[in-house]
Amino acid sequence: MAETHCLQELRPPATVTSKVFIQRDYSSGTVCQFQTKFPPELESRIDRHQFEETIRALNSLYGEAEKLGGPSYLEGCLACMTAYTIFLCIETHYEKMLKRIAKYIQEQNEKIYAPQGLLLVDPIERGLRVIEISIYEDRSLNSGR
Amino acid sequence: MPPPMKQCEYSQITTQTSSPMESPKKKRIPRRKWEVFPGRNRFYCDGRIMMARQTGVFYLTMVLIVVTSGLFFAFDCPYLAVNITPAIPVIAAILFFFVMGTLLRTSFSDPGVLPRATQDEATDLERQIDVTNGSGSAGGYRSPPRTKEVTINGQMVKLKYCFTCKIFRPPRASHCSLCDNCVERFDHHCPWVGNCVGKRNYRYFYMFILSLSFLTVFIFAFVITHVILRSQMTGFLNALKDSPARYPLLFSVVCFFSVWSILGLSGFHTYLISSNQTTNEDIKGSWSSKRGKDNYNPYSYGNIFTNCCAALCGPLPPSLVDRRGVLQPDLPQSVAPSNGITTYGATHSQSNMCDQDQCIQSTKFVLQAAATPLLQSEPSLTSEEPTLPGKMTISPACTTLGLGQPTPPSSTLNLTADPVVMDAMPLKDGREGHHFLTPDEAPSPPGMLTPGTPISHSHTMHILNAVAQDSMHEDSVRGLVKLSSV
Repeated sequence: MAETHCLQELRPPATVTSKVFIQRDYSSGTVCQFQTKFPPELESRIDRHQFEETIRALNSLYGEAEKLGGPSYLEGCLACMTAYTIFLCIETHYEKMLKRIAKYIQEQNEKIYAPQGLLLVDPIERGLRVIEISIYEDRSLNSGR
Repeated sequence: MPPPMKQCEYSQITTQTSSPMESPKKKRIPRRKWEVFPGRNRFYCDGRIMMARQTGVFYLTMVLIVVTSGLFFAFDCPYLAVNITPAIPVIAAILFFFVMGTLLRTSFSDPGVLPRATQDEATDLERQIDVTNGSGSAGGYRSPPRTKEVTINGQMVKLKYCFTCKIFRPPRASHCSLCDNCVERFDHHCPWVGNCVGKRNYRYFYMFILSLSFLTVFIFAFVITHVILRSQMTGFLNALKDSPARYPLLFSVVCFFSVWSILGLSGFHTYLISSNQTTNEDIKGSWSSKRGKDNYNPYSYGNIFTNCCAALCGPLPPSLVDRRGVLQPDLPQSVAPSNGITTYGATHSQSNMCDQDQCIQSTKFVLQAAATPLLQSEPSLTSEEPTLPGKMTISPACTTLGLGQPTPPSSTLNLTADPVVMDAMPLKDGREGHHFLTPDEAPSPPGMLTPGTPISHSHTMHILNAVAQDSMHEDSVRGLVKLSSV
């Protein structure tokens, strides 16, 4: 399973104020794609183009993971010949891609989203249904009030 | 006198909180997520193996395959290897390995279960639904139809809302009533393999039935060959009397009758794979031309070869259920039952409640809700007398409820016999007697409860023995009869 990225490690004094959910886009079938529509809740937090770029990058990574091509067919045929017992020994192409996605999300959180008080949750942790974005508020800012 | 504490030392106070459902002694914090999994599944090997609850037929399948193949290897193979070719037992062994391997992979793997929505996700969806349908329609009993329409490759597809999982089901997904899970690309629930067949194990299932049909035909053909060869040498009756040939002929009859159904099933699934359909879609006739001229399967690649390759050799998606993930100890783990009421701290005995109990529990929900006020006012149930066998005891808090308060019963039955200490609530104005709930006051049916609905009070029922369940059912029905007469 993909490792979780806790904002407490990135920015310790923070509390969740709200959550935004980016829904799946089923227009091209059951392939894993997410809507690139910019949520209004993030208007003051992050640049629209930056957000859209992140979602597009995730979509392309998921597209690559689910792509029907030579390598995936070869892997499938090899598995089929061994009664699918080979999957117990080797890592599938999809699993490799999921690790890349988890790494990409972590990088995006550290570089772009965490400084803005946001946190992207890996979609695999939400059943590939949504991309959950937690909106954080600094405790340090509110403590004096 | 104890030694004085150093400056850096401190005394740690252990606080043990226990819910009314479980005593502090028996409290056991679940370590893995599979231990609190809300669906009706069995887990083995610390969550590595996932199966449906009813696995009896699966064991029958295993026994039939192993016994039939075992008899073939024991009685036929030695003779056939000598008289025809040693390749026969080798091919049979390869086929048997394939059959068992694919059967176990189908049975033990996650079929593509979709995890239920988190509380925040469910709340967000509810808010979206309220905005879409308008909050004015919430006054009625029946909620507006919860569907989303999406266009997939030019074809309009409806996404239905699952009240159990609190999600809009993705295209091709369906909720399995036996496993109580939404399954991605749901094909069917197969009792023979003891699991659902869906996105993640369909290829294993197809390879299982295909290799099983080959194995059955192979065994049947060579058993007949064995008998014919022996009868040529010694005559048919003498060949039957000969002990090694007697048993194979017996199970060749079994093979003969089973081969047609297995071959038929293999053929049907070959057709489904080539057209990129599921059994569920085929039975419903989702993409049938009878529904309209413009109705077509939006998921098909338009090529039989590509459809077959995508189904059997395409990328294998990961399991979306983190079965072996470690639970956060500080968070209260809630297991959302199918009636929409979140239950905290369900005990081990409750989680292992048999299916029959769950059925009784869910069907009685509405009856109990209606009969609750009547049961409150019956002195025989709340008196200090010892409880008779077959009678239900209700905790004191239930008898001293304020009138007019809607009291939906708890979604889980307390199976312990310990008394529950609850704060008694005084009656309003000291009034007693019957109070019938008006339609506005009555609690809504299970599916209608919104996540934010405050539950003012919940009954904790003590089931003393098996007979008590029947008496509870009678009490509920009696209450309904009284209601209808008024």
